[in-house]
Amino acid sequence: MGDTPRKGWRALAATVLVTVPLAACGGQDDGGPPTINFYNPPVENMQTVIDECNAAANGRYQIVYRVLPRGADDQRVQMVRRLAAEDPSMDVLGLDVTWTQEFAGAEWIREWTGADAAEVRDGTLPGPLESATYEDRLYAAPNNTNVQLLWYRSDLVPNPPRTWDEMIAQAQQLKAQGRPYQVITMGAQYEGLVVLYNTLVASAGGAILSEDGKTAVLDDGAVRALDVLKRFATAGVTSPSFTNALEDPARLEFQGGNGAFQLNWPYVYPAMQEAAPDLARTVRWARYPGVDANTPSRVTIGGTNLAVSAYSRYPAESFEAARCLRNAEHQKYAAINDGVPPTIEAVYAEPEMAEAYPMKDVILAELQDASVRPLSPAYQNISTVMSATLSPPGDIDPESTAEQLRQEIQDALDSKGVLP
Amino acid sequence: MSTVLSEGKKQERRLGWLLCAPAAVVMVAVTAYPILYSVWLSLQRFDLKFPDERQFVGLDNYVTVLSNGYWWTAFGVTMLITVVTVAIELVLGMGLALIMHRTLVGRGLVRTAALIPYGIVTVVAAFSWRYAWTPDTGYLANLVTPDGAPLTERAGSLAIIIVAEIWKTTPFMALLLMAGLALVPDELMRAASMDGATWWQRFTKVMLPVMKPAILVALLFRTLDSVRVFDNIYVLTAGANETSSVSMIAYNNLLRGLNLGIGSTMSVLIFLTVALIAFVFVKLFGTAAPGASDEGRR
Repeated sequence: MGDTPRKGWRALAATVLVTVPLAACGGQDDGGPPTINFYNPPVENMQTVIDECNAAANGRYQIVYRVLPRGADDQRVQMVRRLAAEDPSMDVLGLDVTWTQEFAGAEWIREWTGADAAEVRDGTLPGPLESATYEDRLYAAPNNTNVQLLWYRSDLVPNPPRTWDEMIAQAQQLKAQGRPYQVITMGAQYEGLVVLYNTLVASAGGAILSEDGKTAVLDDGAVRALDVLKRFATAGVTSPSFTNALEDPARLEFQGGNGAFQLNWPYVYPAMQEAAPDLARTVRWARYPGVDANTPSRVTIGGTNLAVSAYSRYPAESFEAARCLRNAEHQKYAAINDGVPPTIEAVYAEPEMAEAYPMKDVILAELQDASVRPLSPAYQNISTVMSATLSPPGDIDPESTAEQLRQEIQDALDSKGVLP
Repeated sequence: MSTVLSEGKKQERRLGWLLCAPAAVVMVAVTAYPILYSVWLSLQRFDLKFPDERQFVGLDNYVTVLSNGYWWTAFGVTMLITVVTVAIELVLGMGLALIMHRTLVGRGLVRTAALIPYGIVTVVAAFSWRYAWTPDTGYLANLVTPDGAPLTERAGSLAIIIVAEIWKTTPFMALLLMAGLALVPDELMRAASMDGATWWQRFTKVMLPVMKPAILVALLFRTLDSVRVFDNIYVLTAGANETSSVSMIAYNNLLRGLNLGIGSTMSVLIFLTVALIAFVFVKLFGTAAPGASDEGRR
């Protein structure tokens, strides 16, 4: 046949076209050290930590920082899309605490076992550790955490309130005296409202889900929390924009001077010192108020966990890299330079911490018996229906709102939930 | 066919099929397979978060979606956007088409200028709309609503989405209508004006009837297009304040909720809606796709 040579050329061209891009994807089959792709949200000083870990690895692997988008939703969608497609080029994943269950449930991340797990468990605070556990097995290593504090104006409030009722009463008193009185916090229809409600439920000793995370309970404590939230929203002590407020607008509003109290994350303090130094001098911090006078509050934690992708080609190296990225030394570095509180308890005792975190004792006290958001792979859906049902908090009717939440959360757990 | 075909005809026919086959295979692979697969997914409980719980549930997902308030809100929003935008676009598009048709000087320039909004990537245009309507950074927000943030309220958001849609696709409507205007014979218009018809009479009694096929095609295309409205909403509000369209809510359930069963059910429902609209246009109004029938061929 006359066209045989041409066929041969075509086969060669096809081989080149198919294999060259594939080889480009592989990248480390040339005998060099494996590349560990670390997908994490943007963090200013992350690269320094990575460089140190690469030096410590001594050529056994090379961590490369792959920066995810800034928005939490965008980060999650990118990772989810690629993991659903079994993308082998993701190794270590920086997950928000609320995604860990979901990724573990979907079998996208590997369980931490043996010496790796033992090292992570050793000295890590219980709350962050719980957020990394799914069905009693460890699926991630807590990298950093966060809790909200009560910030108050010491020129207006001599003694910080220990409960919500006390705080509401103090604010009403200030209002009657014609002084700044507002209690400023996040009440918009979003995750921040869910965090507020979750803290109230845990502080009242209640539960949203059953122990195994398969049933929506919303017990008496959860109903009491609804009652507190409604009383707070209708007591005339919130700012007019409470039902629309996110973290940063809340911070700015407090800096504006109308607030006597602010419930917010620790980052508001350095920000306030820069933007409103006169106000910052009068502002003190205290433990987040509780529901009962004799039971301390149990505050919801935030933060990120490090997990290893189920499709990673280098699991052993990935676990080692993740352990290095979150070890005590690097958590201290991140706390001081990037402002994220550590998950290893011993780090709080380091002398440098006092300057970066003057409020570290209160943060640590809250972290020691912190609460976590409902632990379920369906958290995304649960959170969406909760924020929709709780908003606006002034319209809550404790009994019937609890019943509605029970129904909608159960639907979410049964994959019947529809996201708006 | 009962007629006996000669050997040559038969071979010709076989060759015809052979030549069509690659195209047919590609069509099946890229169109039919995904549609059938999503129908299959919509009959299952299939949630990526719970891979072990996957099971066949019949029409349960349809019951769940069709009895859900969020779905019907999104459906209402989609229909509102469709009806309002298509109606306004038809009027504006007709005006624009008449201008472009009659322009004597700088015809190319006028047509190019009118088409610019259609040429800009929707997402990019949507971002500039969003910034324009954001207080402090945006000129429109400061000009039209000095004290408010229209994108944080439902009515304001819907109005902005509708304006952005109209701005983007009116040129497309105008383009299709301009093709229709070219069908109107000049002598017909001259004859009408000899008979003493006013401009309005010539427009309604002569131009519109002759243009009818073009108008119906333009309406069909734009209606189907706006039922799928997504990018403007995604950028402008991301579905907040009950401004989700059906495409937006399907995206949220598929990609954010990872619920393939419910998300596919929504996709199938959107597909059925689009198919129904196309059916109504073609069968009831007699819209003809170009080349589909004798009237359409013209």
